[in-house]
Amino acid sequence: MIPFTELRARVLVAKLGLDGHDRGVKVVARLLRDAGFEVIYTGLRQTPEMVVAAARDEDVDVVGLSMLSGAHLALAPPVVAGLRAEGLDIPVVVGGIVPDRDLPALEAAGVAEVIGPGATADEVVAAVERALATRT
Amino acid sequence: MDAAADRGAEWTTMSGVPVEAVYGPEHPGPGDLPGQYPFTRGPHASMYRSKLWTMRMFAGFGTPVDTNERFRDLLAQGGSGLSVAFDLPTLMGRDSDDPMCRGEVGRCGVAVDTVADMEDLFRGIDLGAVTTSMTINSPAAVLLAMFVAAAEGAGTPRERLGGTLQNDILKEYQAQKEFLFPPRPSMRLVADTVRFAAAEMPRWHPVSVSGYHIREAGSTAAQELAFTLGNGFAYVEQGVAAGLDVDEVAPRLSFFFNAHLDFFEEIAKYRAARRMWARWLRHRYGAAATRSLQLRFHTQTAGVSLTAQQPELNIVRTAVEALAGVLGGTQSLHTNSMDETLALPTEKAARIALRTQQVLALETRVANVADPLGGSWYVEALTDELEARAEELLAEVDAMGGGSMLEGAIRGVEEGWFQAAIADSAYDLERRLNDGRFPVVGVTCHTEGNEEEPPEILYIDPAAEELQCKRLASVREQRDGTVVRAALDRLTAEAADPEVNLMPALLAAAGARATVGECCGALGSVFGWWDEAPAL
Repeated sequence: MIPFTELRARVLVAKLGLDGHDRGVKVVARLLRDAGFEVIYTGLRQTPEMVVAAARDEDVDVVGLSMLSGAHLALAPPVVAGLRAEGLDIPVVVGGIVPDRDLPALEAAGVAEVIGPGATADEVVAAVERALATRT
Repeated sequence: MDAAADRGAEWTTMSGVPVEAVYGPEHPGPGDLPGQYPFTRGPHASMYRSKLWTMRMFAGFGTPVDTNERFRDLLAQGGSGLSVAFDLPTLMGRDSDDPMCRGEVGRCGVAVDTVADMEDLFRGIDLGAVTTSMTINSPAAVLLAMFVAAAEGAGTPRERLGGTLQNDILKEYQAQKEFLFPPRPSMRLVADTVRFAAAEMPRWHPVSVSGYHIREAGSTAAQELAFTLGNGFAYVEQGVAAGLDVDEVAPRLSFFFNAHLDFFEEIAKYRAARRMWARWLRHRYGAAATRSLQLRFHTQTAGVSLTAQQPELNIVRTAVEALAGVLGGTQSLHTNSMDETLALPTEKAARIALRTQQVLALETRVANVADPLGGSWYVEALTDELEARAEELLAEVDAMGGGSMLEGAIRGVEEGWFQAAIADSAYDLERRLNDGRFPVVGVTCHTEGNEEEPPEILYIDPAAEELQCKRLASVREQRDGTVVRAALDRLTAEAADPEVNLMPALLAAAGARATVGECCGALGSVFGWWDEAPAL
């Protein structure tokens, strides 16, 4: 575990689409909080538009999307595009179940990092840090 | 103990129950036999000698035509029951062409919009000859109406239909979060299906009280046990409040538990569940019929225990979990496929999962003897311990409800009590898994081989969404709009009167080819919609 030092960044974690399985998003939110991030959780059933608005209003540094239902290709790219359309330099991290064949499409759409099943707490934190480092 | 050094692991069950190094005769067990009150050792005397468990594989993807093919394949390979997985739009009461469903149609299960889809789903299958389980909750009454309408259209009357509707709305608020309406009107819908089944579907279980999702959301074994039984008691109280006798309601309820990796803890959990149900039903609710006291359950192996790393190891995990379900006396079983952390299972992975059950049933001879672990000092002690822990939690729910388990369940949901308890347990377990106190082979240790290519996974053709939307458009075009309007108006009017059973109106709506989204929209216009406050 990474020891608590100072608030590293503000993270918005969101559950996008119809899926209600929130164990993963809550565990990740808590472990990011324990690792020193300030975490804001949107709750369930967010649309891409709602996530973009929350990221803007909460002035976050990075957005994490929890996606288990297979709808990542339909729902994650519009979040990236929406943030860019607002002129916001906020990287997007996708966590959940994403088949390898979909990785190039998410990368092409501008998703900064994808965290798969079985990632440890340190790997989650490292992915968020890498995403933050892409900010210009 | 001899002088050998303790190797220093955490000596508890997965759920944190401390365990001794060895158990002795101070835990003899109660000495009752299977088929005898309080049924600790099994609901029936002969158990698997008279009937093996039902090998019921949960399946559904793409369009109803795609899933119909998988169903026929599973039956041809020796599966003995059907179990329908619906897609998220259907589970959330929405139509495939709803903008909120973009990318979700046919992904996690099969898309069903109207009775026409239900007809395609079961085409060529004799629904009077197999039993059918449908995993659907908020819109369960709507889908039951469509199922009955489709079956009767194909020549099987409702009294011959055997199977189970999940229809356990309480655990949706607590754990799986697929809710539409607020808890109280949702409970009325459950009561309507229970009354309908009691009157017209003698072979149907209208509610499967499900701990599975509570455990998958992160609860401990004792929480799974307590919250599931507590929800069961709430449905009994709701049925009685709706005018049924306790002995009409209780035998209609079946149960659904998780089989996780802590082998003995899981077996103890099933044994405690049977005993607690029998005692509560007899003493608290005054049930007299034997069938009211006999808890019968389906088991599914733990999806959360599977790893993306070295997925073949999941076959081993699933086999051990399935064995716990069998030694615990399950009535039916679903075994997960090795690739389910990656996607819905391929045909091959699903076949291996079914074959795992067949090896257990036919080769290992574990089904020869009922409750073979009864009298094991450890298993009897754990059974007592899980019962004691679950009774403490049930007392809290009872207190929240001021002496009503129904009120306690609803208040616990409204106040977020269950949700917080489950999330706390999930995080507690995650920290143990993450720091290696509870090792995970291939993840936190023994990772050699992780660089191998992942297996082929099932690819859901995005064209399924388009096909399904076209199918829905053609049904909308061909139906009589006035009949649909009238059916939906009737549903709306009757929803406003809590004394009316909504099943006849739903059957009429299904017959008129109203959609799932239209029926749920009509109900929601009266009941309102439920949302939970985000909490970490």
